[in-house]
Amino acid sequence: MVRVKLGGTLKTWAGGQTEFDVEATNIREVLDRLGEAHPRLKPLLEKGVAVAIDGEIYRNAWFQPVTPANEIYLLPMLAGG
Amino acid sequence: MPLDPATQKIRAFDQVGTRPLRPDGLDKVTGRARFGADATAPGMLVGRILRSPHAHARIRSIDATKAEALPGVKAVVTSKDFADRSDDLRDILVNIMARGKALYEGHTVAAVAATSASVARKALKLIKVDYEVLPHVTDVDLAMEPDAPLLHDDLITSGVEPVPTKPSNIARKIEFGHGDVDKGFAEADLVVEREFKTEATHQGYIEPHACLASVGSDGQGELWVCTQGHYMVRDVCAQLLGMDVSKLRVTASEIGGGFGGKTTVFIEPVALALSRKAGRPVKVVMTRDEVFRASGPTSSTSMRMKIGVKKDGRITALDALLKYQGGAFAGAPVDYGGMAGVACYDYPNIRVVGYDVVTNRPKQAAYRAPGAPMTAFAVESVIAEIADTLKLDPIEMRLKNAAKEGTKSAYGPTFGPVGLVETLKAAKAHPNYKVKLGKNQGRGIASGFWFNFGGQTCVSLNLNIDGTLALAVGTPDIGGSRASMCLMAAEELGIPYENVRAIIADTSSLGYNDVTDGSRVTFASGMATIHAARDAIKKLCGRAAKVWGIPEEAVVWEKGFAKPSGANAGNFEPMSLKELAANAAKTGGPIAGHYEYNAENAGPSFATHVVDVEVDPETGFTKVLRYLVCQDAGKAVHPSYVEGQFQGGAVQGIGWALNEEYIYGADGRLQNAGFLDYRIPVASDLPMIDTAIVEVPNPGHPYGVRGVGETSIVPPMAAVSNAVSHAVGIRLTESPMSPPRILKALGEQAARKAG
Repeated sequence: MVRVKLGGTLKTWAGGQTEFDVEATNIREVLDRLGEAHPRLKPLLEKGVAVAIDGEIYRNAWFQPVTPANEIYLLPMLAGG
Repeated sequence: MPLDPATQKIRAFDQVGTRPLRPDGLDKVTGRARFGADATAPGMLVGRILRSPHAHARIRSIDATKAEALPGVKAVVTSKDFADRSDDLRDILVNIMARGKALYEGHTVAAVAATSASVARKALKLIKVDYEVLPHVTDVDLAMEPDAPLLHDDLITSGVEPVPTKPSNIARKIEFGHGDVDKGFAEADLVVEREFKTEATHQGYIEPHACLASVGSDGQGELWVCTQGHYMVRDVCAQLLGMDVSKLRVTASEIGGGFGGKTTVFIEPVALALSRKAGRPVKVVMTRDEVFRASGPTSSTSMRMKIGVKKDGRITALDALLKYQGGAFAGAPVDYGGMAGVACYDYPNIRVVGYDVVTNRPKQAAYRAPGAPMTAFAVESVIAEIADTLKLDPIEMRLKNAAKEGTKSAYGPTFGPVGLVETLKAAKAHPNYKVKLGKNQGRGIASGFWFNFGGQTCVSLNLNIDGTLALAVGTPDIGGSRASMCLMAAEELGIPYENVRAIIADTSSLGYNDVTDGSRVTFASGMATIHAARDAIKKLCGRAAKVWGIPEEAVVWEKGFAKPSGANAGNFEPMSLKELAANAAKTGGPIAGHYEYNAENAGPSFATHVVDVEVDPETGFTKVLRYLVCQDAGKAVHPSYVEGQFQGGAVQGIGWALNEEYIYGADGRLQNAGFLDYRIPVASDLPMIDTAIVEVPNPGHPYGVRGVGETSIVPPMAAVSNAVSHAVGIRLTESPMSPPRILKALGEQAARKAG
């Protein structure tokens, strides 16, 4: 199980819950499990979110491994100028 | 994971860190460089756009009959020439061509292609648009009022529970934070709360948007365009026009500035639609007036910032309310403000609530660290006021609270190795910080942060017959990236910088590349270049091994030569890159290195700025006396370009702080759509911007590189405001701090003193 925290407004679509324990070994599985548990989150997850693993931000990396030792945050999709 | 853990330690470089001449320099200074408007084609038509004169109006009908009948007019397009859609591209579709309503002054309602500019202009006048003028709103606070004119009947605020039942101009509510702010303020010895406003600004790129579109009767098209991302342009345009992506080839021109403003499309789909309809190439070039009215300026904002501290300056809590208007469509970067704008400090308790609001203004676009400078202005102003009140050295106060490795960021994740502390120390150690100030002079300090990004990247490195190399990248060079790419390829291969020539390949020549944004190119295209070079080196060693008749593993690459290595490798003379290139045809054919990936782990960048100003109390004019940028670059590949990015961001931020603003009349029309009335700083306005490059290596890059393009615009508005506030003895809370605003503040102060 890995612990996933929702940053910012994403918690609104998860009924106010901010932390989840999910069975996942990579980012894709994290997103899939979260979408299954909270269908209102699913469209946002499919549209795109950023995932911070131990402070490093991943924007599109389905297969980036995650472990129970990681700090995992879901953040809004990021862009720059 | 770091790409190359073996190289994480600071290493010695032969090429990286030097300052060779830029490869595009001669073309740029002699006029040989081809920018967007320089493209031509046989039989080319002139495209011109009809724009709404109203800030908000229903379009009852458009009658183009007379325009179409005018001799020389070859095509007229309206929204009917673009299929409607309901996906993520709909806002872009409606922005590039109004559908049903004009949502801001300057909104495109029709376009013509004609044999000359004069015919095109006449044709625009012959298009009859029947408008029903509607009430409008351009101010963010007014747009949030319950009775405000409504832009979109179907806009329901997201991020709010329960879901609102009625539409409004509030597109989103966002929230970040951790801890208990009420508890944090209860623990504070001093709480300062202020309200702030910032006006919208434009990126002010010198080159207006320009493109040349050519679509044949076979449905295949080409587009030459000034953009930060030609793959994005291709994909968006192909979808808006219902074309196969493979049938549209896009070539990026040289670019006269973008700063985020060229990360979307405006005229490009329109030019393609005109060309498809006319059956001839069509060139569209925006006027400066159009650039101001109808491209993508920044958000304007209205904010409340409250910070509590202990007597020693340690922050106990921050509570912020951010309201960003982003023009006629959702997407104001309030979330980036809420994340990046407050990121410099370690808050035990923080709450940031923000609203993304639509108004009757052009759809905002990115501008260097989008959204961050405004919130940073509020945060750093309050920090400065607290330091003044507690009589703390402003740098020491920031050091006491600075985010560092292990700090839980305001937006959640824990920071890895970052360089804010180092930038603060560099600022304190710099001679500028020790200069004694005179009458009417003031000093301002501010720090800033930007995330930096990686993204999809694809690079090819091709070996020529003489041992020189052609490097093809897919990210338009907006800040000197070709020089940096050449340096990194030369570093890996151990050859002179001059032997590598970088080009920006068109969309049919390389795999997909994300837009040049997010300060990503030197990081991401650079890392791809390093790996493409390593791929080429592997092949070169293989060729040498074949020639020598030894295993590939027994060949190493050192400073431009393949060499036998190991006990059984044999005794062969090293083989140069030139020899290997000359014999390529006989040893297996062309030699090239490739790399494609999705770059992640772009390390964030922090900066600290120090500015001294003098304010003339008679006129309210502010003169910048000296300005210092200290910023973490991770590793400066080409220090001159890094310094250039620092200086450019600072100058744009100074303009935002002192002069630049979108001024709207009561009629909702922009009053200052030109560089005479919208004044950006020019060289004669400013001193040389001093720089100090800090290098805290990014573990996510083999050389330690961090992006540097955006962070430099985050601190200036606050730094200048703090300096001006110190010079005049009044805390200023609205930007720009133009002479009229400063005079007003001085007048109010005098009135207060008088009684």
